Amino acid sequence: MGTYIGQSVKRREDARFLKGAGKYTDDIKLPKMTHSAFVRSPYAHAKILSVDISTAKNADGVVAIFTGSDGCNAFGIPTGWQVDFKNGDTMREPKHPLLAIDKIKHVGEAVAIVIAETQAQARDAVQLVEVEYEELPCVTDPEKAMAKGAPQVHDEWTDNRSFDWCIGNDRADVEAAIAGAHHVTEMEFVNHRLAPNAIEPRSYIADYDVNADKYTLYTSTQNPHLIRLLMCAFTLGIPEHKVRVISYDVGGGFGSKIYHYSEEALLTWAAKEVGRPIKWTSDRSEAFLTDAHGRDHKVYAKMGFDKEGMIVGFLADEFCAMGAYLSTFAPAVPTYLHGTLFQGLYTTPLIHLNVTAPFTHTVPVDAYRGAGRPEATYLLERIVSKGAKEMNIDPAELRLKNFIAPFDGVKQPGYQTQVALQYDSGDYHTILKKGLEKVGYDDFRKEQAEARKNGKLLGIGISTYIEACGIAPSAVVGSLGARAGLYEVGHVRIQPTGKVSVFTGAHSHGQGHETTFSQFVADKLGIPMDDVDIIHGDTEHVAFGMGTYGSRSLAVGGSAIMKSIDKVLEKGAKIAAHKLEAAVEDLEYAEGKWTVKGTDKSIGFGDVALTAYVPHDYPEGVEPGLDFSSFYDPTNFTYPFGCHIAIVEVDADTGKVVIKRFVAVDDVGNVINPMIVDGQIHGGVVQGIGQALLEEVVYDENGQMISGSYMDYAMPRADDVPMIETDRTTTPCPHNPLGVKGAGEAGAIGSTPAVVNAVVDALHHLGVTDIQMPVTPQRVWKAMQQN
Amino acid sequence: MIPAKFDYKKVSSISEALELLAKHGDDAKLLAGGHSLIPAMKLRLNQPEILIDISQIAGMNTIKMDGDEIVIGANCTHHQILTSDVVKQNAKMLTEVAKMIGDIQVRNRGTIGGSLAHSDPSADWPASVLAADAKIEVEGKSGERTIAATDFFQGIFTTALEDDEIITAIRFPKIADGNYQKFFQSASRFAIAGVAVIKFGGKVRVGVTGVSDTPYRASAVEAAYDGTSSAAALAVDGVEVMSDHFAGEEYRSHLAKVLVKKALES
Ligand SMILES: Cc1cc2nc3c(=O)[nH]c(=O)nc-3n(C[C@H](O)[C@H](O)[C@H](O)COP(=O)(O)OP(=O)(O)OC[C@H]3O[C@@H](n4cnc5c(N)ncnc54)[C@H](O)[C@@H]3O)c2cc1C
Repeated sequence: MGTYIGQSVKRREDARFLKGAGKYTDDIKLPKMTHSAFVRSPYAHAKILSVDISTAKNADGVVAIFTGSDGCNAFGIPTGWQVDFKNGDTMREPKHPLLAIDKIKHVGEAVAIVIAETQAQARDAVQLVEVEYEELPCVTDPEKAMAKGAPQVHDEWTDNRSFDWCIGNDRADVEAAIAGAHHVTEMEFVNHRLAPNAIEPRSYIADYDVNADKYTLYTSTQNPHLIRLLMCAFTLGIPEHKVRVISYDVGGGFGSKIYHYSEEALLTWAAKEVGRPIKWTSDRSEAFLTDAHGRDHKVYAKMGFDKEGMIVGFLADEFCAMGAYLSTFAPAVPTYLHGTLFQGLYTTPLIHLNVTAPFTHTVPVDAYRGAGRPEATYLLERIVSKGAKEMNIDPAELRLKNFIAPFDGVKQPGYQTQVALQYDSGDYHTILKKGLEKVGYDDFRKEQAEARKNGKLLGIGISTYIEACGIAPSAVVGSLGARAGLYEVGHVRIQPTGKVSVFTGAHSHGQGHETTFSQFVADKLGIPMDDVDIIHGDTEHVAFGMGTYGSRSLAVGGSAIMKSIDKVLEKGAKIAAHKLEAAVEDLEYAEGKWTVKGTDKSIGFGDVALTAYVPHDYPEGVEPGLDFSSFYDPTNFTYPFGCHIAIVEVDADTGKVVIKRFVAVDDVGNVINPMIVDGQIHGGVVQGIGQALLEEVVYDENGQMISGSYMDYAMPRADDVPMIETDRTTTPCPHNPLGVKGAGEAGAIGSTPAVVNAVVDALHHLGVTDIQMPVTPQRVWKAMQQN
Repeated sequence: MIPAKFDYKKVSSISEALELLAKHGDDAKLLAGGHSLIPAMKLRLNQPEILIDISQIAGMNTIKMDGDEIVIGANCTHHQILTSDVVKQNAKMLTEVAKMIGDIQVRNRGTIGGSLAHSDPSADWPASVLAADAKIEVEGKSGERTIAATDFFQGIFTTALEDDEIITAIRFPKIADGNYQKFFQSASRFAIAGVAVIKFGGKVRVGVTGVSDTPYRASAVEAAYDGTSSAAALAVDGVEVMSDHFAGEEYRSHLAKVLVKKALES
């Protein structure tokens, strides 16, 4: 704990957000700005026979209309991660045009952009563009996409695979262990597709300044530098120093705003063509049809146990949809962010995952809160609980038995998994026991038995998880196919008056960085928080950055800032030593001043800063100024872990599930702001509950998304969730300076299997062993009928 | 989400509205609370050239007793009905129905007349309008008439209302022993099934919404009612049951029976 670290300081960004004074892209109005709207395909798979813009072109207010043949498609949208086939063949990477050229590959794919004086005029003219299509058969299910004779998404290949992939031990060894196991638990299910639903829809404004030959793109992104890099180096082939990308306030992303989307590139390209700024803001219907989705795995899995209930082998085969094109990080999600988590918290000696990643006639799939890790956790935690039921062992006991022993990563080494990772530190037994105690596990079992006598269906579900955050180091991710590094940049500028501007490459879109980052910067410098400003989201201000996703901001971005603070203090000490006429070694820094040890001689941080900028009386050989930028490339991932427990009641008449209690005990390493961490957990848990009970993207056989609005896509609402009871254990990360692990995704990773395990537990005595998510009333009722 | 271009005219009397309706025909749409019409316009599923705003017509937004009947003006919002003492004292069931519609914003704008005219197969009001045997008062070019609830609903978004007619009020009898049960669709929170049961002199009238593309009176249940809830098994007799990804035919039928049973037992 410091003055600020460990305190639930109120979020400073809320002052503007709560007053409706946030600065989102759509709030920005540039002089002479035009508006745009897209002509989008109503078909999932179709030939474009003709596009007739002659009427639309002459409609009121229309400035320009572009189609796929107008020069925007020279390169196409790249993907940022390459996962090659098991046999070494290169990943199949289809060209992803900004506007469809001759073929449509998913409903909502853009065919033309209309640019007009007002948004209404743009939309009116969209209705006047006449496109003639020839509809073709489509496939939206990743397993069916691999069937013989399935409709082909990209004609240049002979089947729909983008790649296949495997990880872990030799398949034959794993199969043999399972074949010889005392008990084998099997599962087949769909980890269904989700729409990300950030509250702020995607929004872009592109502007081209002909005199300076410079572009500015305002965009609702989680990583402005990455967008600039991808757009300049790949999509448009324009010089990077001629492009400024700005992303001020962003209203949530959950992954969906990491990616480089065709609309932002097209606007940037078109802004030069029309010589005026162009804005586009997605509406909710477009968001459903075009924001990258999450999950969509078909899973077949087996887990073998010995007589004592020890796991002896774990094998899974999965079909993981890529969608119509490869979104920015799509190939990494069901592979390196998924298979690497198959160890979970268990000592499983033999593990193998085989992934087939097909294209489907759907919007692309990419990372969505948790990205691959919720899918891994769901499978592990369901199959372990299912195994426990089948072997008649208590699910908590089975977990405790199979857990990896505690290790701190300092005295004890990290834990080497069968699936490439080395866990940093963890104490899994303690966290599960804490969860069980908090929920009152033993008492609940009595209550449950009593309730059953009265026909009341109560269930409890346990889920324990580990996740890998702050994906790194760059050399390793590069060897795994990443086309970018995964370091972060932290720039600390001490102003002459001792006030501090911190420029970070991380990007806040709901995480509260302005508060959390200021807290630790102020503490480390021993100055008031009000003296610290956090600046992000502008490529012109921040040297570089990889943005925010994968719970990386504090662990990676915070560490980069820490490196710069160290440099500030090191240089400051030289200046202080000069002013105090002492040796650097004789100084100590605390509470914002350097003091000569054992004396009352000291100089404050502000005085040193002023001296650095007004270097009249100054140490020799030291440069003026107090301004440092650092790149931090972590040595490892961080590994938060936790235990989530849900208690549910199922209505026997209707199958409706009500969550009565939800306990989340998480270990995210050191905590800077407990309130913000709790908020992240709350949000994540609600999203996880959403997946478990409510949310589902549904396509019909024609590739139409029949869940494309809030009338048909069920988001969790306040009355769908109970009060979330949070608690923590703290196992500091041994390899970063703040000892932090990451908290952004934990809630969404741990919660989903807890809820489904609880529902199955409530119905187990009726013969129910599994229910497909989302566990809707209809599915629960059907499961009860079948038994 | 921007609607296509349209004209807007606010009227202050029924006759003015009828005149405009006659003049513009199919190009015109009446606007009450706008909570069904405006979303459809924003999605450009509906592109009227002129909106005739009837929400401020005097006399169409009051709730009063007329002898033994409760007369609810078509422009009364769900919130008005929810908070009306007249309704609470004479037909408590309607208070309960209003409470279950949408959220506070929806209840503050949406009207009972708009809901009935729109005739969404999953809307709440039709169940109780049917169970109560309410009368729908309308006015058109050719004068005023009253449509019986059982004649009013004709199909998905289709009613007995003529193109040139306006619903002016809904006339409910007093409801002493009524009960509304709703199973919420988890996304829209409309009714996957909604059942209103009114008991009187040993008999029942049962109105069902959400289950079929036309709300209906469960006459098989009414005929077989024996004071217990066993007749609930007949809830979907002779009815074509809707199906969607929230509730297929089998589950929806089951829900209808469960809700009829609950309503009969309450
Ligand atoms: C988020 C949301 C949630 C909702 N949830 C529910 C729910 O749970 N249950 C439920 O039942 N409904 C629900 N609704 C619908 C709501 O009750 C609507 O307000 C209602 O269905 C229509 O009433 P309105 O006054 O808004 O009509 P408008 O939208 O103004 O009009 C609807 C249609 O009726 C016509 N019309 C309106 N008034 C008259 C009249 N007096 N005479 C003739 N024609 C007329 C209009 O021309 C139009 O065609 C919901 C709506 C929203 C937006």
